[in-house]
Amino acid sequence: MISAPLHLIAPGHRACAGCGLLIGAGMATDAAGSNVVIANATGCLEVTTTAYPTSAWRVPWIHSVFGNAAAVASGVRAALRAQGRDVPVIAQAGDGGTADIGLQALSGMLERRDDVLFIAYDNEGYMNTGVQRSGLTPRDATTATTPAGLRSSGNPHLKKDLVSIVLAHRPTFVATATPAFHKDLERKMQRAIQAKGPRYLHMLVPCPLGWGFEPDRTIEIARLAVHSNLFPLAEWHDGELSKVKRIAVPVPVDDYLRPQRRFKHLFANERGAEERALIQRIADDTAHRYGLPAYDPQRTTAGAGR
Amino acid sequence: MKVMEGSAAIAEAVRLARPQVIAAYPITPQTHIVEYLADAVANGELDAEFMTVESEHSAASAVLGASAAGVRTFTATSSQGLLYMAEVVFNIAGMRLPVVMTVANRAISGPLSIWNDHQDSMIVRDAGWMQLYAQNAQEAQDLHLIAYRVAEDPAVSLPVMVCVDGFALTHAFESVEPLTAEQVAQLLPAFQPLHTLDPADPVTMGAYAEPSIYTEARYAVEAALQESRNVYTRALEDLASVTGRRYDPWFDSYRVDDAEVVLVVMGTAAQTARVAVDTARTEGIAAGLLAPRAFRPFPAEEIRRALEHTGRVVVLDRAVSLGAGGVVVHEIRSALARSFYAPQVVGVIAGLGGRDMSPATLARALRAEEDAWIDLREDVMS
Repeated sequence: MISAPLHLIAPGHRACAGCGLLIGAGMATDAAGSNVVIANATGCLEVTTTAYPTSAWRVPWIHSVFGNAAAVASGVRAALRAQGRDVPVIAQAGDGGTADIGLQALSGMLERRDDVLFIAYDNEGYMNTGVQRSGLTPRDATTATTPAGLRSSGNPHLKKDLVSIVLAHRPTFVATATPAFHKDLERKMQRAIQAKGPRYLHMLVPCPLGWGFEPDRTIEIARLAVHSNLFPLAEWHDGELSKVKRIAVPVPVDDYLRPQRRFKHLFANERGAEERALIQRIADDTAHRYGLPAYDPQRTTAGAGR
Repeated sequence: MKVMEGSAAIAEAVRLARPQVIAAYPITPQTHIVEYLADAVANGELDAEFMTVESEHSAASAVLGASAAGVRTFTATSSQGLLYMAEVVFNIAGMRLPVVMTVANRAISGPLSIWNDHQDSMIVRDAGWMQLYAQNAQEAQDLHLIAYRVAEDPAVSLPVMVCVDGFALTHAFESVEPLTAEQVAQLLPAFQPLHTLDPADPVTMGAYAEPSIYTEARYAVEAALQESRNVYTRALEDLASVTGRRYDPWFDSYRVDDAEVVLVVMGTAAQTARVAVDTARTEGIAAGLLAPRAFRPFPAEEIRRALEHTGRVVVLDRAVSLGAGGVVVHEIRSALARSFYAPQVVGVIAGLGGRDMSPATLARALRAEEDAWIDLREDVMS
């Protein structure tokens, strides 16, 4: 009999094929180990794993409502401390449950310096309710509530810089990660789970359904987000940037945008070209802020990131 | 006997119950209760985690999480705070967590009013919590102890809300016979949760329900709330044997037996209403009073039996279901609709937003012949 390693999120959950969220959550939970308690916000991760009477979770797990994962986790942690039990507590939510409806509870948890690791699974929209715009939806993405059209280029707003908002609370540990860089994700997760105090991990998890790409390209899309400098992989200790993954030869943002149907309209006309130039400037600014090389049209590596 | 502020009497009952996690957000008139508890924690008189959360939504969420992790919890709120945490209030009951919460009853905005009525707790009457309404500080203290006892009983495992009139009870100083640690030890066993969040025995809490199971999950809450009747009644009997203080589980009745008209009112106004009843009797009106103590579960049968031989029942609501009149009146009407004698039921709305519940107001309520808002100021309504 062949014995497979026991993953802490069991297979047989109901997520879409190629779901970046379940790939990332699986990696993160396995890296955390079984000695944890998880408080989960409402969203894709919750509904795909816990249709009563089934559950994919092999760790203690609780879900209450959409915007309160951080506060539930803080309460769990307080109870464990009162009982003298030293068990790491994770709060986790999608981008809506983190940056929009859950932001106040997250800020409270960070500001009280509660001993909780918050993981944001960012798929850049309300995918569970049918792909509507969130505060973390990037500019120009077409969604059900920001459709591209004759008078619209999709989402008119910039993606909220949530990591900076979190950093303003000076958590003990902050990192960004994505499943395309598995070892990096695993290492950050292990650091995060071992640290004390308020901690935050922001994970970019591509969504085949909401972003519009084939399910076998999830990891490739995640890698292109990093290689285009739109999503740098970094970590901060006590609020100070301590490490950032350097992409020697970044790819143009077009390489990231083109495979995704949510940006298809940007390749249809002059307005789209202008918007793509703006997104390239966002990537270049991000590179500048992190001290990374920006995309240089004179320096390319064919097929980078593929 | 000791003269205590209502909030202090409540806080003392909570302190003696030894909750391990308290989370609260400031809102008038609930504040004194949690301030007393913060003092108790600060001075080592209570060994608890006191969480100063950033909202009522998080206060309810934190006690939800703490209760799920296996400890006794407490929170308190009022008015907008209760509405702000409302989705979590429903969720706590659905998850069968024995949280105890004080609601210091206060009006709902707008217009903004910090003063007392019952609109806030009435809005969450359908949440699956047991709802008790206290008339004075002594009763408020005793009912908080009873709340923990009933909530944590494995046959119930539901949250309990103790509703106390803002200011009229929370800020009033009254004579109280304080509960003692020995009495509480006799009446309240240690909290033994049915399930906890433990890596050694992982469980999933808060799974979602498809149509094949949702109805049954809601029915289970209803069944447990019905079961709470027996547990609650036994708890009050035990309270009587330990402290000598005896409460009818469902209502106080005063001069009801031979009454031709009975006033129904909850909370502190029921104390003043006794005066109004006595005065009416001297004026030749055979008046009585029925003051419900438990509103959830609703004691429909007990109320029917108590009131069906009355000619007229006047229900004074300190809340309004805008577009449909009072709130309690509908439930009393429904209870009496099953009676062969079918007394007339009149609904009166008064005492909103801190308007005094004076003997004169209660006397006018007693004389109401048809549904009405009473004491309306004609001078400002032209």
